[in-house]
This record gives sequence, C-alpha cells and structure tokens, in this order.
Amino acid sequence: MKTQEAKRKSVKFADGEVTTTEFLAEGHNFCTGCGESLGIRMALKALGENVIAVNATGCAEVCTTPLPYTSWRIPWIHTLFENVGAVVSGVEVGLKILVSKGRIEDRGIKCVAMGGDGATSDIGLQALSGAFERGHDFLYICWDNEAYMNTGIQRSSATPYGAATTTAPAGKQSIGQITRKKNMPAIAAAHDIPYVATASPSYRMDLMKKIKKGAETEGPAYVHVLVPCPTGWRHGGEVTIELGKLAVQTGIFPLYEIENGRYKLNADPPELKPVKEYLKMQGRYRHLSDADIEKIQAMVNADYARLKEKVAASSASS
Amino acid sequence: MSKRVALEASHAVAEAARMANVDVISAYPITPQTHIPERLAEMVADGELNAAYIPVESEHSAMSACLGAAAIGARTFTATAGPGLEYMHNVLYVAPSMRLPVVMTVANRALSAPISIWGDHSDVMAVRDTGWIQVFCQNSQEAFDLTIWAFRVGEDRSVLFPVMVHLDGFPLSHVVEPMFLPGQADVDRFLPRFQYPYPLDPDRPMTHGALGPPDIYSEAKLAQEMALQESRNVILQAWKEFEDVFGRRYSPVEEYRTEGAETLLLAMGSYTETAKIVIDQRRDHGEAIGLISIRLWRPFPYEELRRAVKGAGRLIVFDRCISFGMGGPVFSEVRSALYDEDRRPKVVGFVGGLGGRDVPEKEFGYLIDRGKEVADRGSDRMMETVGIR
Repeated sequence: MKTQEAKRKSVKFADGEVTTTEFLAEGHNFCTGCGESLGIRMALKALGENVIAVNATGCAEVCTTPLPYTSWRIPWIHTLFENVGAVVSGVEVGLKILVSKGRIEDRGIKCVAMGGDGATSDIGLQALSGAFERGHDFLYICWDNEAYMNTGIQRSSATPYGAATTTAPAGKQSIGQITRKKNMPAIAAAHDIPYVATASPSYRMDLMKKIKKGAETEGPAYVHVLVPCPTGWRHGGEVTIELGKLAVQTGIFPLYEIENGRYKLNADPPELKPVKEYLKMQGRYRHLSDADIEKIQAMVNADYARLKEKVAASSASS
Repeated sequence: MSKRVALEASHAVAEAARMANVDVISAYPITPQTHIPERLAEMVADGELNAAYIPVESEHSAMSACLGAAAIGARTFTATAGPGLEYMHNVLYVAPSMRLPVVMTVANRALSAPISIWGDHSDVMAVRDTGWIQVFCQNSQEAFDLTIWAFRVGEDRSVLFPVMVHLDGFPLSHVVEPMFLPGQADVDRFLPRFQYPYPLDPDRPMTHGALGPPDIYSEAKLAQEMALQESRNVILQAWKEFEDVFGRRYSPVEEYRTEGAETLLLAMGSYTETAKIVIDQRRDHGEAIGLISIRLWRPFPYEELRRAVKGAGRLIVFDRCISFGMGGPVFSEVRSALYDEDRRPKVVGFVGGLGGRDVPEKEFGYLIDRGKEVADRGSDRMMETVGIR
C-alpha cells in the first residue's frame, strides 16, 4: 500500500485539516463559478486516494474527460447516465470477492458513486434504490443543480417549484416548474441505510466531514449536495458561494444528517432569512410575483417545520 | 477425466460457469433463462462456488453491475432472455466499447407484443450490432463447451470483448440431454485465470469511459471494429485448443453432408438438429442436399460461409425472426455476404418458428420443397413463411 497520502501536505483550514493535494486536476471544462466542480474538488480531498469513483453521464463526466484528457487523479469509471447504482454495485462486489480470494490486497479501498440530480432522482433512481436495498458498501453523492444543466437546463424532478427551465418555462399560463422538488434524501433514508446527509460547497468543512463519514460508513451512504449553477440558475459566478449559504440560511436547503434513521440539523439559525433574498439573486425566478414568493415562503416554512419535528422526535427518543 | 451425465442445458451452462470459477454473477430472473441463475445461486449458497451473486433489480442493472465487476478484474457472468436482453440494450454497447469481457447466456425468447415467453431469435437479431462476439448452441454439450470457450476467448488479452452464448429458450434451455462433463484439471488447462490488464486500481488511477469528441470518436469505433475482426484468430485458435484438450471440434460454420449438395439448407441453434434428421432422410433417398449452420454469428464468418456454399445451386435460409419491413435478417445478411461471389447459389429466405411455434420435420420438408421451387422459378412474395397460417 502506498503511503503517499500521509506524506502529502495538509493545511489547517477552519476547524480541520485538509490535504493540499488536488485529485481533480486543473484544466477541466466546468463553467466559471460552478458549484459542482467546487463540491467535487472538496469531496475528493475528503476521500483521499484510496478510492474508486463511478460517475454518471452529466456535467461532471463531460467537463472532466474529453478524450484524450482526464482531470481524475483517482481510478474513475463512467458508463451511462442511468446505471451508476448498478455499476458501483459490481465494482464493490467484485472488489470484495477479489480481496477475499487474495487477488486484490485488503487495504480498505472505498467505492464512491456520483451523479447529478437527473441521474439520481430521475433516470437512475431504480438502479440506486436497488444498490441501497442490497446494502452495498458505498457512498453515493448527488450533485444537485436542480435541472438537466448539461443538456441545456431542462426540468428534472429536483427542480424547485416556480423555477423556470427550458422544458418548464415561465409563461402566461405557467409559473415554470409546477411541481414540488422530489425529496431525495428522504427516499434514500426510506431504504433504512445507515447514513444520509445534505451538504453544500458553501460549508466546506461540513461537506468534507460528511463525505468522509459517508465513505467510512459500513453499508450504503448518501450525501445530497446542493450545487449552484450560474448557467442554469442564471446568476453571476461570483455569487455561487453566497447563494449556497442563502439556500441554507433561508431554510430552502437545510443541512442535516440522518444517522440510522435519526435526524440531526447541522445548522439551525435562530431565524430563517426570507426566501426572497435567495430567489431574487437568480434569473430562473425572475418572473415570480410577490404572491408567488409568498407561496414559496409558506412551502419552505412548512417543510422546515416538518424537518424540525423529525429532528425533535429523533432527539426525544434518544 | 470427463464423465457422461444427463444435464438440462441451463444446468450445463451453470456447471460451465462454476468450473470456470466465475467471481461475480449478476442476474435478474426472466423465463426461460431462470434455471441458470437459480442453479448458480444454489451453488453459491451451498459453497460449491466461491463467487458473489448480485440479485439485481433489473436486466439493465444486471449488465451494468457486470461492467463494474469486470472493470475491477473479476470474471463476470450473467444470463438473460428476450425482453431482458432488450432492456439492457443501452448497456450492451458499452461492454465491448470499453473492452470488458463479460460472458452472457441468452435463452432466446420472442419479444412483446403480444407477450410471449417462448422462443425465437428476435432478441438476438435486435442486438446483433452491439459489438459482442456471438455464438449459437445446438445442444447441452455445446452450451457447456461454448460457455467455457467464451471466457477463454473474451478474456484473451488481444480480444477483451464480451461474448454472448445463445441457446434456444425451452427447446434447448429446458431439455435434459446426455453430455460429457470434463474434469476440472482440463478446464483449468484450457482456461487460464482472468488477468484484466486495466483494472480500476488506486495504485494505477485510470479513467474508464471518457467522452469521445468528434475528432476521436470515429477512430475509436474503427479501432473497435478492427479488434473485433482480429478476434477471429483467437476464436479459431481457442477452438483448436479446445479440441486438443476436450476432443470436440467446433467451427464458425458447421457443414453437414454438404458433399456434392445442389441444395443447402441454413439453420441456426437447436433447430439445426431437427434439420439434420430431414437431411439424413433425403440423402438416403438420393437427394443432393446438405445443411449448414452458422455457429459464429459475430464476427460474421464470411470466408467460412462462402466456402461452405461453394458449388451449391440453391441456399434456403431459415430465419426465426422478422426484420420488419425487410424480411429475415439472417437471409439478408447471408445473401449480402454471397453477392460478390462469381458463382453463388440462388438464396431463398423463410421465416417461421416464431414465439415458440414448433417447426417439426415435416415443416422442414415443406421448406425444402418450396425453397427449391422458389429458387428455380422465382416468387413474387417478399418473404416465404413456414408453419404460419
């Protein structure tokens, strides 16, 4: 086993140590201000080099691997859009059996799978559900930018109510997305997997801690990361981090963990900021009236209250 | 030391996978393939086979998990049929394109609608262009032999392609037949351990399945086609080695009583055996007729086919599939393959045996008589049929 990682430099960063090694090489084709590329960069730092990654089709794959180039400094495999859960199942099972037969050294190689919100909550949901149910030892990361950004901002089941996309455009007869965002972390948790969490690249140490925890969890783990997308959300690349923070501070995307079914909020501001602050910074919500925004505010309030009930119920039963 | 046993073809396949020491089996149940994964699951549960069995939630995931397992260097096996094969269609292209040598048995089944659990070759023909090496079996012995052989060929370092082994659903998959089961030592001698040269490995990080922009995609695809064509050498060599070790001879195109034949019948899979009975009867009555059977479907055996039909005036092709709007797919491929020959037989195509419809000896009799008539006098029908009302 190589011990390079231990020898590599790490730096003090906020309240933890982070390696200075970049496992996502520079020179990729992600858009300026892309939240997903930041998330991947941090996640890979948290995962280290003793890992195998399985990626779905999407921005991450397109932007990092135009032949003959690659940005991945870890073993990485992509096959299709819809099957990441199954491919990682094969990798994990193959790894285990080859280790047991002595053909691969037993050194705790981690399996991580990732995809966008479309690959996770739409087309790849069945494969992922199967992998959760079978209990494979892997971490799944959903990079949620709330639409099919790679193909040109088409709506997905993760697109929030009221957002305009190219296939759910705002118009005289429509507010844009007319459905609620699918609650993917709850779906993951419904499989009774040991670890589920939400994270944001705007909360770096929290994200890296959760990725590490997920990877070290025995059995399936799921981390859902909201990643602002300047191209699809229609905002400047310089406000990506600020938007990520506002998503948390408004309660639109709370940071929480579900460990063995128990909910825990990681950030619980005494007072939530109005959702308007978050919505107003993005072109995809430009068409919303004050009444629309009020409606969204009410939805967020209700969702947040429900989440807090689950947190309270979890701590009451401890 | 081989022993003579009676085995259902599906169990012969499972036995072959066991003796090949597969590492990972990933399968989803579908009639008429079920006896294969069931038997393998049983072997794993009983400790007769040290492998991991992944009970996936669909055929799409069955093949996808195979990709992952093969990419880490595991010997990987699956089995499916008809609609299951089509459900994994998208994934089928990936295995050969990424040079991942999975072995898959297909218990050939018709496609919906109307839904039919019974056999024909519609499933094979819909995936013929996916880049897999594909062979057809006639009986249990071949089902065993060609499964062992499939691992040997697919995993060869110069090949690294997945291999599909076709056996007719029900008439073959569910039939118990006498066969020779070889000793483990002979299997080990023929089939070395799988050493995938490009495994997913943190010590040697590699990117698998990258994006192919227009300036590279065409070359990648041409390279794949060249590699598949070149796999022919290993295919033939492996059959030669197989004969050396096990004493049974295989060839891309099997010729049966073709000496001096004026008329040739072409069949594939288990129906070849029914056709042989009819050929014997007719030969005994002095008719100059023979049979050829395409065993290696991909890469297509042009040379062997051309050699096999030399001298014949008529070639009657029996298809168990309709390529809608075109006729029989085997017929059109065979006729195209012979087009450049200076002296080629008149080729007549028949479609029959769809969705489990039996094609007994007397139907083959009709097929031959009518085929000769059409070859000699022509017909205004686009497609001849046999056994269809």
